Amino acid sequence: MSILINKDTKVITQGITGKTGMFHTKMCKEYAFGAQCFVAGVTPKKGGQNYEGIPIYESVKEARAQTGATVSVIYVPPPFAAAAIDEAVEAGIDLVICITEGIPVRDMIRTRYKMQGSKTQLIGPNCPGLITPDEIKIGIMPGHIHKKGPIGVVSRSGTLTYEAVGQLRELGLGQSSCVGIGGDPVNGMKHIDVMRLFNDDPETEAVIMVGEIGGSDEELCARWIKDNMKKPVIGFIAGVTAPPGKRMGHAGAIISGGKGTAQEKLAVMEECGIKVTKNPAEMGKTLKSVL
Amino acid sequence: MKIHEYQAKEILRKFGVTTPRGIPCFSVEEAVVAGKALGGNVAVVKAQIHAGGRGKGGGVKVAKSPAELETYAKQIFGMQLVTHQTGPAGQKVRRLLIEEGADIKKELYVGMVVDRGTQRVALMASSEGGMDIEEVAAHTPEKIHTIFIDPTKGLLDSDADDVALKIGVPEALVPQARTLLQGLYRAFDETDASLAEINPMVVTGDGRVVALDAKMNFDSNALYRHPEITALRDLDEEDPNEIEASKFDLSYISLDGNIGCLVNGAGLAMATMDIVKLYGGSPANFLDVGGGATTEKVTEAFKLMLKNPNLKAILVNIFGGIMKCDVIAAGVVAAAREVKLAVPLVVRLEGTNVELGKQILAESGLPIISAVNMADAAAKVVEAARG
Repeated sequence: MSILINKDTKVITQGITGKTGMFHTKMCKEYAFGAQCFVAGVTPKKGGQNYEGIPIYESVKEARAQTGATVSVIYVPPPFAAAAIDEAVEAGIDLVICITEGIPVRDMIRTRYKMQGSKTQLIGPNCPGLITPDEIKIGIMPGHIHKKGPIGVVSRSGTLTYEAVGQLRELGLGQSSCVGIGGDPVNGMKHIDVMRLFNDDPETEAVIMVGEIGGSDEELCARWIKDNMKKPVIGFIAGVTAPPGKRMGHAGAIISGGKGTAQEKLAVMEECGIKVTKNPAEMGKTLKSVL
Repeated sequence: MKIHEYQAKEILRKFGVTTPRGIPCFSVEEAVVAGKALGGNVAVVKAQIHAGGRGKGGGVKVAKSPAELETYAKQIFGMQLVTHQTGPAGQKVRRLLIEEGADIKKELYVGMVVDRGTQRVALMASSEGGMDIEEVAAHTPEKIHTIFIDPTKGLLDSDADDVALKIGVPEALVPQARTLLQGLYRAFDETDASLAEINPMVVTGDGRVVALDAKMNFDSNALYRHPEITALRDLDEEDPNEIEASKFDLSYISLDGNIGCLVNGAGLAMATMDIVKLYGGSPANFLDVGGGATTEKVTEAFKLMLKNPNLKAILVNIFGGIMKCDVIAAGVVAAAREVKLAVPLVVRLEGTNVELGKQILAESGLPIISAVNMADAAAKVVEAARG
């Protein structure tokens, strides 16, 4: 089992004819069951063409109607990416994964407002996507470092997630699903939303939660874990050494007004019974210790 | 992106926010002329730097005569202004704002930020003007009133009036406060601001509600659609290394340690700084080369780190996903040769094409210290930096 996606998932790629969209669609299609999962692309004015044998449609609505796809992934450039999310939501897509980095916050505020009450779930933007090893990968992560197994991974970072996965692999621990929720301040699913799904997934036995400075999503998730989680969770927070008031690469990774520090997050997580490590080289080892 | 107070006030005035009359000046002579142009007996000389806490640092003075204005302008112009936000070296004052004085009856606080929890713009207001809002939040949180603004409706009259009354705006002046608050929100929204703060917003003796100070920051992801805001950027206020880095699309932040860090990905870059510290070292910088690093980018990244006279060693930590390890390794070798690297270099590669990458490093003939994982890399670079 897994969360959110598996080998039977049908995916539309929005922005399939851009450089990034083409490259990653090819990689995703080549991974595990990708060839049966990536069924449609969308690029306005290019309907009727195809890329790598994947038919291209004018709109998400049309792509969905023709293929029955329920998931979309977005590689559209930042000025148009929020509108691409809106289009997927209006077309009734269940899960939208927005990889695009650099979307203005104002656009995301409006997009999230419009999503209120809709059934669509959003992952990202500014995220690596998600993967269910040996079944399907939707996004930009290197597929080959993953392997199937019982560990769930949820993270705000891309390469730091790969680092966690690499450490698990060294220890012989595979993953049920790995979800990169992204580094933007206004986004879709948070740690808590993904944690709920891992809690309900019978194949997931333990979870690595990787956070970073900025906001209070990790604290919110930690408090939920304390009251509800049936499985062990371990955590790491990046940015103990980050100076206040500076954006550390990710738009959302900023300590502002003394809030959102790594120390504060780690303290709350420990209070809530989550085993945390301050050593990013020991995420895998720490996880193994709680199994 | 940050701008100066006088620039923020110019923007806010366009949205109907009342501010004191003022003139930005780039020399003492201009300041004297500006004082005459404003007329009146009292003028305020305000240092224009991007950091807060200017008043406490001696960067804001009230002059009661033209002679006093000149004295203060001479004192402040060109000074190294040290505040709690500038660091001990301070920031050189290159611009002044000369403003008419105000007869202050009440000092209040209003500010706007994007609230991540509700995913809306939050208006925060408090009766405690002139103080750091963080301090008010820590000690008397009940004095802060917050409204989350519906993006399709804007700041409602009823909400603006309610908040104005709660923070102590006299009833007769509530319509003025409403105009100011709604103007502040429209300015925030239409310019893609990430922060807007009026501290203090004052009630004057002659019955006006005025933005006595103003601060605005902007979402750098949205600058592409605001050339008028981008034009306000003052490079003198920014770290030269960070400016240089931005030209090459590198995300770089100077820190005060001696171990340079070159990493792909923001989260891993932060984690790398953290592990260097954990192993007893001190990071010299945050540097994320991003997902599509080329040899040129890696070379520029090395040049940037080497500008730091305190640099004792460099740690390259790459988890190759889409970015292949052999490409990075070739970039590292080329960069090390081009810059004639004189400090120890520790490289940790993992991920796609890692064996090929390691081979390139080994065959380069350069004295590169290879590490097998993050912990090994941190231990080795801390050791190397000790010399």
